[in-house]
Amino acid sequence: MLSYQSVEELCRAAEDSGLPISRVVLSDQARSLEQEEQTLLEQMSARLQVMEVAAEAGMDPSLRSPSGLSGGDAAKMRSYAQSGGIAGSLFSRAIARALATSEYNAAMGKIVASPTAGSCGILPGAILPVLEEGMCSREQAVMALFTAGGIGMVIGNRATLAGAEGGCQAECGAAAAMAAAALVELRGGTPLQAAHACAMALKNQLGLVCDPVAGLVEVPCIKRNGAGVVIALSAAEMALAGIESKIPVDECISAMYQVGKALPSSLRETAQGGLAATPTGVRLKREIFGDALPG
Amino acid sequence: MNIFDIIGPVMIGPSSSHTAGAARLGYVARKILGESPAQAAIQLSGSFAQTFRGHGTDKALLAGILGFRPDDARLRDSLALAEQQGLDYFLRCEAIPNAHPNTARITLTGSGGKTASILGASVGGGNILITEINDMPVHVTGQNSTLVILHLDKPGTIAAVTNYVACSSINIGSFRLSRPHKGGEAVMTIEVDGDIPDTLAEHLKTLPNIIRVVLIRAV
Repeated sequence: MLSYQSVEELCRAAEDSGLPISRVVLSDQARSLEQEEQTLLEQMSARLQVMEVAAEAGMDPSLRSPSGLSGGDAAKMRSYAQSGGIAGSLFSRAIARALATSEYNAAMGKIVASPTAGSCGILPGAILPVLEEGMCSREQAVMALFTAGGIGMVIGNRATLAGAEGGCQAECGAAAAMAAAALVELRGGTPLQAAHACAMALKNQLGLVCDPVAGLVEVPCIKRNGAGVVIALSAAEMALAGIESKIPVDECISAMYQVGKALPSSLRETAQGGLAATPTGVRLKREIFGDALPG
Repeated sequence: MNIFDIIGPVMIGPSSSHTAGAARLGYVARKILGESPAQAAIQLSGSFAQTFRGHGTDKALLAGILGFRPDDARLRDSLALAEQQGLDYFLRCEAIPNAHPNTARITLTGSGGKTASILGASVGGGNILITEINDMPVHVTGQNSTLVILHLDKPGTIAAVTNYVACSSINIGSFRLSRPHKGGEAVMTIEVDGDIPDTLAEHLKTLPNIIRVVLIRAV
């Protein structure tokens, strides 16, 4: 359990002690898990490494998921990123890393759910290019995962991280909020700025439904990871520029939960509505599973 | 929930609920059996039944039954590995009334003749909730170190177990007893803070009226 019930509490603890959010979360979790901080740092470092391996393995152009629905798009994105893209090469490489991780997940590769497998591309998509670019040290990247994790725990406690309960906004929305806060810390922003970034990322995915074609974590999940990392980057950039969210982050989290509860069940991971229910979505499902499938 | 439930689990994709959670269910069933499984009967209900192929839920359950953790890459090849290891498995889809959407019933028979059955659900983010062990109601999440102790419903058995745990300076976070019949087989589930050493589980096996002691570390 995290001792802080809200992002505001977490931020205040960080601001009061003059420490980054990551440090506050690390010592809190060391206490709670009855383990040395060093042990947790080593475990988190191992997770960063799994993220790095997945984000590279997913770049294989011949990668395909068992259903055949996905694979190979990250390779296209990486190759395109070399041109510099519209918004610069780091931006396109972040999208490529997010797609690679998500495609590797769909192909039964080893990933770090962060917070879920369906949204596993957003956090590495945000952090790895910053690390690769030399804009932070490896130690800072590991610490940023504690910031992200702390934010994720608050969202999980106050709302939900499950698409079946809150729609995609609870998975990709939470992942983008976690990544945005991590990015702010990595770029030297204050805990308060991290909180604003978190709020802005959540606000921009409010209402996003969970409508996976054939119930699989592929369409549209993978591309939502590619777009989710962009929302995280834009939220972090706005916060670092000194822009504040008018609605406080904890109220955004509550709003996300309320919106999630208001979503009909057909738009909460049941593959009954949204893109899953389009003619093409239905056809793809039939092609993968045949007609005999119940439901 | 701790930090590694959010930045984690490390797992073989594609779905924390339909793959990682399923692998955990299989793993716990294997732990409770306590020997290498020779037969596995798996019943899938709800969303598990509808989408198991696309999510590799069948592979994940079998991987767990073979003793692989959710991050073990052998999960992808578990169907073939099960055959190689002579594990006879049978999968059927049949709704379990009032069950969570992602529910499986796993019934195992071991090479030494032991049997174990669990009813469990994958409740999101790779987390699980086991609600029955050998048809007895329980509440096991596998998030904390947990002792599952099958025993005879005889006076003093619970006191002997909890006394020994207390003397080992281990704090019990939750304790549940399930006893379908007076004087028959019963099950204690004890969740503790921190870790449980193997030696403690071994010692508990030597206490009177104890049938089986299963130590489930957070998986």
